Amino acid sequence: MNSNKLPVDVRQRAQWLLGSCAGGSVGSYTAAAGIPNIVNSVSEFIRRRDGAPSYPENIYISPGSQWSITNILKLMLNSKASPRTGVLIPVPCHSTTILSIVDLGGAIVPYYLSENLGWELQVAELHRALESAKGVCKPTALYVINPGNPTGHLQTRKSIQAVIQFVAEKKLFLLADEVYQDYVHGENEFVSYKRVLAEMGPPFSETVELASFHSVSKGVMGECGLRGGYVELVNVDPAVMKHVYTLFSKDTCAPVLAQIALNVMVNPPRRGDPSHRLYTVETEHIKTTLLHNARRAYEVTNSLPGVCCQPMDGGAFIFPRLALPPKAIQKAKEAGTEPDIFYCNRLLEDAGILTAPGCQFGQREGTYHVRFCILVPVATMEELLRRLTSFHTQFMAEFS
Amino acid sequence: MSAMRWRLLAPRNVRLLDRGRSERSAGGNGAQPARALSSPPVSASPPGRTLSSLSATRRGLPKAKMSENGVVPRAKVLTIDTMNPTVKNVEYAVRGPIVARAVELERELSEGMKKPFAEVIKANIGDAHAMGQQPITFFRQVLALCSYPELLNDSTFPDDAKSRARRILQSCGGNSMGSYSASQGIDSVRQDVARYIERRDGGVPCDPNNVYLTTGASDGIMTMLKLLVCGEGMTRTGVMISIPQYPLYSAALAELGAVQINYYLNEEKCWSLDISELQRALDEARNHCNPRALCIINPGNPTGQVQSRECIEDVIRFAAKEGLFLMADEVYQDNVYAEGCQFHSFKKVLFEMGPEYSDTVELASFHSTSKCYMGECGFRGGYMEIINMDDDVKAQLTKLVSVRLCPPVPGQALMDLVVNPPQPGEPSYDNFIKERSATLSALAEKAKLTEQILNTVEGISCNPVQGAMYSFPRIIIPEKAVKEATDKGQQPDMFYCMKMLEETGICLVPGSGFGQKDGTYHFRMTILPPRDKLQILLNKVQEFHQKFTQHYS
Repeated sequence: MNSNKLPVDVRQRAQWLLGSCAGGSVGSYTAAAGIPNIVNSVSEFIRRRDGAPSYPENIYISPGSQWSITNILKLMLNSKASPRTGVLIPVPCHSTTILSIVDLGGAIVPYYLSENLGWELQVAELHRALESAKGVCKPTALYVINPGNPTGHLQTRKSIQAVIQFVAEKKLFLLADEVYQDYVHGENEFVSYKRVLAEMGPPFSETVELASFHSVSKGVMGECGLRGGYVELVNVDPAVMKHVYTLFSKDTCAPVLAQIALNVMVNPPRRGDPSHRLYTVETEHIKTTLLHNARRAYEVTNSLPGVCCQPMDGGAFIFPRLALPPKAIQKAKEAGTEPDIFYCNRLLEDAGILTAPGCQFGQREGTYHVRFCILVPVATMEELLRRLTSFHTQFMAEFS
Repeated sequence: MSAMRWRLLAPRNVRLLDRGRSERSAGGNGAQPARALSSPPVSASPPGRTLSSLSATRRGLPKAKMSENGVVPRAKVLTIDTMNPTVKNVEYAVRGPIVARAVELERELSEGMKKPFAEVIKANIGDAHAMGQQPITFFRQVLALCSYPELLNDSTFPDDAKSRARRILQSCGGNSMGSYSASQGIDSVRQDVARYIERRDGGVPCDPNNVYLTTGASDGIMTMLKLLVCGEGMTRTGVMISIPQYPLYSAALAELGAVQINYYLNEEKCWSLDISELQRALDEARNHCNPRALCIINPGNPTGQVQSRECIEDVIRFAAKEGLFLMADEVYQDNVYAEGCQFHSFKKVLFEMGPEYSDTVELASFHSTSKCYMGECGFRGGYMEIINMDDDVKAQLTKLVSVRLCPPVPGQALMDLVVNPPQPGEPSYDNFIKERSATLSALAEKAKLTEQILNTVEGISCNPVQGAMYSFPRIIIPEKAVKEATDKGQQPDMFYCMKMLEETGICLVPGSGFGQKDGTYHFRMTILPPRDKLQILLNKVQEFHQKFTQHYS
């Protein structure tokens, strides 16, 4: 702290952060919801991002977004409930939240995203899903991922409004997983659910119950290993909030280094600060790489026979659809495995590329997909696409 | 992310797939289930929140003109009545209402309000650094190097710190602590933990595959309880916990809707554990639930007792005889002070009892980076070792931990250093030993001081603080005070502690938060403040108790 080895703004921020820690140590426990100064900085970030008020007492910092999603789900789900509490989830959807819902005794109510429309969310489909739950479970919450995982779809303002109207009408608690909000390609703009809700004004802005989740694991930080995230709760019953506090306090607190990372994420170096230049260079590089990879991956996968990839506006993955030849499907069945798992296994064995098969995320019956992560250096992306092209060509020839 | 093949559409239970664990048939007399440990909730708001502005208007978005179009505000989806009922039973005294008030007082003090004290002393939570304990230099050096590898070129860092950092970084994805690790924890760290356990236990083998790194010990404990709890009504899982206990256990059991089975530690015999009491609790519990697990904290929290080897053997025999899964919370294993006391790990004793026990008794042991001489609570580091777990269940456990992705990598790195500290001959060794000894001996001294001073006070009696970080003295509360408390709807010891807080600024946790025999009262106080402050604190407690007793006599 006393040397000149680190830039002065780094040292000042560290000093401020250490001053906010009990005993001046990152080894101390913190308040259950997080170090108050840091919670305030998160609140300010949200205010700046959305142009709408955000209150620190509605924010809880947690060890990663999944932890807070699970705690919020715990408030609603109860394994003894009869009928079971239902949560509407998108198909496709990453599996972690699904596991949490099931683990807590909830019921999954799937709503299918429209692949042909770039994985758009259609409200008519939400209605259908809700209908399908009649007599099966009691739907209580709607879970959305924006930008999507694995789809990479970025919702328009109109789409978000429609979802908000739907949950208001159908009395559902809205869970908005927005951890990929910093992975937006090109000219597209991320708009948060909170912001749209505020812009819609009353009665929506005063009644719709919303939990928005964010994390240091993605975006330009990418600090998955530190385990840091937060949830902002809007319009939650004050009596319930007391229990939110108890639930979170039982886990003592989020790791302090992660809380610090969160502070840096929401309050990075500004123009004029000594570290701003380096910060800009580093983050620009990450964003350019991501955009480049997204474009290349989209181009190349769509050029392969039987492969169709929807345009991705955001997120960290591509999720192309595979039209697998009947012979390959047959082979898979004989091996007792799903066709897309079969494809992915071969892709791994023959080309050394590890991917995730579509069945892991859910997909319409009879369709097959594969998810690739595009958060790699440009050279690695090129290598991956080269190998994929070569493998796919061979695979299709083998099973034609 | 794990390459889990997961069928979306058919919800599955993540439940314990046990084979052949005999389900005890419950008795048929329909006795009432054991009441979960609870103190009547004293309403308070979470700390750090501006109490005066906790009105509903701060909850949501700006209230423009409500009911402009005559819309009646509709009932919420999530209310006290519609929420998960088990969550409502969850209480965690260590951060409960008294802490909320303490934080409020701190704020009032900082705003210039006059109080009978200059500062609030938070002797409620086992947070060493918050109370001025210094971190171990070597650990912080390595963690700094791991966080910012540029420092590997800095000559002010010792070579052994650098080589540890390099080794840790090499086992991280992309050589960065910011990458996800495997859900079970970084491989090389688990191996180091296994070797530590073997050394600690005199050569008893440890398989790294049985080691799970966790987000503090609490995470591991919650996960294990999740696996264990199932059944309905008479077959609902019962879990035995010591009274007094660390309230994570009661909170977890309440949340999981498990049956809490209380076994009382013997205050007259220095909080020892009597097998006859275990038997009594178990037999009674069999009337209304299915007891499956026995939790024991050694060294104890809040009581500080260090169990003798014989006692540990007895507990193991009991668990074997009665078919119970043992959960051994050993986070305070380096905090042993009293002469004649020694830490014996459950694992070691189990294996020394021979294959009749070591091949059959199911055991989970927990450790953490938050206590001992490290005190690094904020890093959330920990591990658990699982012994004799059914393979199918282990597969489910591995799946379960993957839901929270991975434990914080800095915490894993720290655990690696704890189990793999500087060795004789290495540059950092001398300083490390000096710092560790200083911390542990300071704690030992403070443990003795606390017991001594508290025992001079009429109406307070304190068992020897043999280990851990707390004293849990018994206090006599005059009848008048008990009545006033009860009239207020407060537990008498909460009433006592609140008064102490208001008058002296000392924040303690009332015994009712941990459990105690009916009609007895206690408080838990940490021994963590620096010696001189502790002395002042103890004197103030003495003064307060005398005044309080006089006032209510």
